[in-house]
Parts: sequence; C-alpha cells; structure tokens
Amino acid sequence: MTQIDTLNALAVEPASAPAVRRLRRRRLRVGRGVVLLLAGAYFLVPLYAALDFALRDIQGRFSLSPLTQITAQPGFGAAVGLSFKLSVVTLALELIIMVPTVIYVHLRLPRFRRVMEVITILPIVIPPIVLILGVLAAARPYQWLSASPYLLALVYVVLAMPFVYRSLDSGLGALDLRTLVEAARSLGSGWISTMWRVLIPNLRSALLSASVLTLALVFGEFTMAQLDLWTTVPVWIYNSSSNNPHVVTAVAMIFLVAMWVVLTLIVSLDRTHRRTKDTP
Amino acid sequence: MTTTPDTANSPRGVGGRSLTARAALWRHTRTFVPVLPFLAYVALGLGVPTYIIANLAFRTRDGHLTMHNLSVITSGGQYLLGFETSIKLAFVTALIPGVVGTLIAYAIAQSEHESFKRVIAAAAGVFANFGGVNLAFMFVAALGPAGIASGWLAHLHLNPWSHGWSLYKFSGVAVVYMYFQVPLMVLVITPALNGLRPQWREAAANLGASKWQFWRYVGLPVLMPPVLGSMFLLFGSGFSAYATTEALTGGTIALTPIQIGSILQGNVISGQENVGYALGLGMIVILLVSVIAYALLQRRTSRWLRP
Repeated sequence: MTQIDTLNALAVEPASAPAVRRLRRRRLRVGRGVVLLLAGAYFLVPLYAALDFALRDIQGRFSLSPLTQITAQPGFGAAVGLSFKLSVVTLALELIIMVPTVIYVHLRLPRFRRVMEVITILPIVIPPIVLILGVLAAARPYQWLSASPYLLALVYVVLAMPFVYRSLDSGLGALDLRTLVEAARSLGSGWISTMWRVLIPNLRSALLSASVLTLALVFGEFTMAQLDLWTTVPVWIYNSSSNNPHVVTAVAMIFLVAMWVVLTLIVSLDRTHRRTKDTP
Repeated sequence: MTTTPDTANSPRGVGGRSLTARAALWRHTRTFVPVLPFLAYVALGLGVPTYIIANLAFRTRDGHLTMHNLSVITSGGQYLLGFETSIKLAFVTALIPGVVGTLIAYAIAQSEHESFKRVIAAAAGVFANFGGVNLAFMFVAALGPAGIASGWLAHLHLNPWSHGWSLYKFSGVAVVYMYFQVPLMVLVITPALNGLRPQWREAAANLGASKWQFWRYVGLPVLMPPVLGSMFLLFGSGFSAYATTEALTGGTIALTPIQIGSILQGNVISGQENVGYALGLGMIVILLVSVIAYALLQRRTSRWLRP
C-alpha cells in the first residue's frame, strides 16, 4: 500500500524538490497515524473489554455459557416479544405516514421541504426524556391509551421521523420523479398503482434503510420505555444486569453487533444507490 | 406561485375579485391537504406534549397559575445544581470531542484510501448512534473498578481509581459521553472538511503563504462556523442524554435529565409535583437556543459548501 502511495505521489508531484514534499507527506502521515491510533484505542478497548467480559463464567474463566444461557433468562423472551411488537407497529405507522407525504412534497410541494426539515429537527429540541414527560401527562386522562404499550409505538414514530425523512428524501432526490410519475400516469396508471408499482420499487433501498433505522431505534430506545414502565429489551438488560452480568453483557454485545452489521449494510446500499444515480 | 398570475388577471370588480381570490385561496389550500395527516401527527405527537409541558410548568397540582415551580428551580438547591452540572457536562463533552472529532475527520479526509474512508464513515455512523445501556456496560467492563483497562493501567501504576477518579462521577460520565460525541462530530464536520478545496491551498501557496499563514487566514476562518455550529449540536446531544447516565450511575448524579426521570418515577416532594414540567421547559429552551445557533452557523457554511 505504502509503496503504491509513494509511486502515486511521485507520479503526481512535479519533479522539483520531490524529497521535501515526500518528507512533509511522511510527517503528515505520522501525525495522522498518531491521531487515528489513539482514537482507535479509545473506541476499541471498551469493545474488547465488554466482549471479554461477556465470554466468562461466574468464576471468571473463559466460557461460552453466557451465550447459551441467554434464552433461559427470566423475562428475556417477553422483552424481545414486546420490542418486536412495538417495532412492527412503529414501522407500519411510520411508513404509512411518511412515504406518501414525502413523495407528495417532492412532486407537488417542494416549498414544503423546508418545513419538513425543520420538523425533523424538532425531536432534537424536545429529547426523549422531555417528550415522555409531556406524553405521559397528555395520555393520563385516557386510560385505554396510557395503559397500552403501544403508546410507546406512537411516540417512536415521532422519534424516527428525522431518520426516515432523511433517507426517503435522499432516495427521492436520486430519482427522476416527475418523469416516472408522468410516464406511469400517461400509461393509464392511477395514483395508487403508480405508488405501488412504480415509486415504491424504485425506492427500495431508501425504504430498506429507513425501516432498518426505525427498527434499530425501537430496539435500542431505553428512556421512554423505562419511564413508561414497559420492559423492552434495553430495559430488561438494565433491570437484570445485577442478576447475571456476564449473560446480560453478552446480550448487549449481540445487539450491538447486529446493529453494526445492519448499519454497515445500509451504508453500502446507500453507496450502490448513489452510484446508480451517477451513471446516467 | 401559480396563484399570482390568476389574481393579477382577475377582473377589477369587487365581487369578481373576491371570487377569484377565494378560488385561488382554495387552490392554494388544496395543495396542502395531502400533508395534513403528517402535520396532524406531528401536532399530536410533538406539539400537544410540548404545550402540556409549557402549560403545567406554570400550574399547581390543582391547576392554579403559579410561578412556584420556576422559583423552586431558580432559588438554588438541587435543581439549579442539576442545570449547572448538565450545562457543564454538555459544554465539556462538546468542546473536547469537537476538537478531537475535527482532527480525526481531517486525518480521514486527507487519506487517499477510499475504502479506509468508507470503513471509518460507517464506524462513525454506528458509534454516534451508540448511547445508552449497552455503552454504559461496555465502560463498566473496561474502566470499572474491576475493568480490563483499569487493570492494564494499574500495571503501569496509572490506575485512575486510585487517583480519585470514578466512572460513576462527572469526569467518568464525560469520558463515556465522548464515545458517541466524537463520532457525531466526525459525521457532521466531514462535509465541511471535504469542502475545503485544495485550490485554496494552492492559491495561497502561489501568493507566497506559508502553511501556518494558510491556516491562520484561510483554513481556520472558513472552518470556524461549521466547527462551532457542530459543537452546538454536540452540546444539545450531551445536554439531553439520559439513558447512558441512568444506566451508568443508577441515577445518582445530579443532572437535569436524571432529575426529570426521578420525578417521573415518583420521587418528588409534596407541593413540587409540577417542578418536573418546569425542568422540562428549561431543557427545551436551552436546546432550542443551541439548535438555532447550529442552524444559523450551518446556513453560513452552506454558502460556500455548495458545489
């Protein structure tokens, strides 16, 4: 790698004073190396420590038993079930609300994009800890609402809006939306079939990344679930950490790795997406 | 946009004008109908809770108007201390990760390995979203009293625990926050660093500027608004973090989010039931200020960032 680098540098740099440039380049590379090495240590050591901790038994010896004991932990199945149900409801609502709205705004109401962008920044101004305060107060008079775990799903839809808006917005930006819609309409397609058969297939990767981000959010959200007294996966992890810390850390690491894989997939999908945008 | 020519061409008569105006208004309104479900959802899910917080912040438990909740906070005591500590923590975890994140992003932006850049970008995306319970556990495993990294440092006679440091106090929480703040900085500052054109450096060099002069008169002035703006975003993110601290300290540290959580869990003195809403309102005001600062500085940046 380094050799190729130096060759490239030689090929690009003018012949005058190449030694000085090479020296400067090397010094820069050393500085960069130190910065990245320190950062790497800070980010990787805790990961390594947690992995190491997750793979030990109670006597502190290396063991795979924390992994095999996960499903036997009291309450784990119920927590996964609840998180799963919440994520399905959140995702369905999210897509039903956001997909038609963002498509419409792109097609007919481009002025409204500014408003959408502001609205998607609002969940940062009103963070989960404050939002749940207002939501619980708002839902208190309505028993059917405040006693239901799906109140959380209703709020998660709001929390997920920025992520979903951004990925749909960039997905739509990559399409020649007007041409697609006009072509479909002039071939006699109604609005609904234009959506289903033309736009949604074209938005597949944007929809996928929006969905995955929503799922990651629901499975990772702790603040609201804890304060609304529902034992989702993160709340379960928090509550049972004192019972069997090794097993619980193993669960935490599994969810982390899963999220990692999924988000890396999104990034690479996004890349192929951009590449197809660049080709025409 | 489409309504303007219609109104301009409309007959001068009073009745005709109002009719056209009404039709134009209807046409104008009609275009907004399809976004109504979205707006209604945001109003219900975000607007109503915010309104209720703002309203209850000025009410007694029986619904009478009062300034008592605010004065409980401003007159000193634990709630004021909570705001102070939260702001201090948010400031520290915006400033240090802001600088470190910019350096890392710069080191990455200068790299010629495309695949390396991509891996780091993906990693930053993951780590920036990685707060909460799992993060707290990781740090307990690494830097807790019996953590692995604590053990390594103890071999070097540098065990932070024997020097009065604690993972469960202010400095410990700050170290943990940086785990998601630094990647967040890398994510938000990278576009601005990529916009720093090599041509500027060449132009400066052609005019005889040294490297230092380039940074002093071109690089830093250009990068200052986006770096500051991103730090405001980091401030907001550090200020409102709840899950990480709650899981790390079990709610023993006096931060405003932790205090709100504690009030919601029923730990409240009689007569102060609605102080939680006043705390929430205070947080909204502070976050609003930092997000507006971020947006303004970002707009300044986008002026020259445009390709």
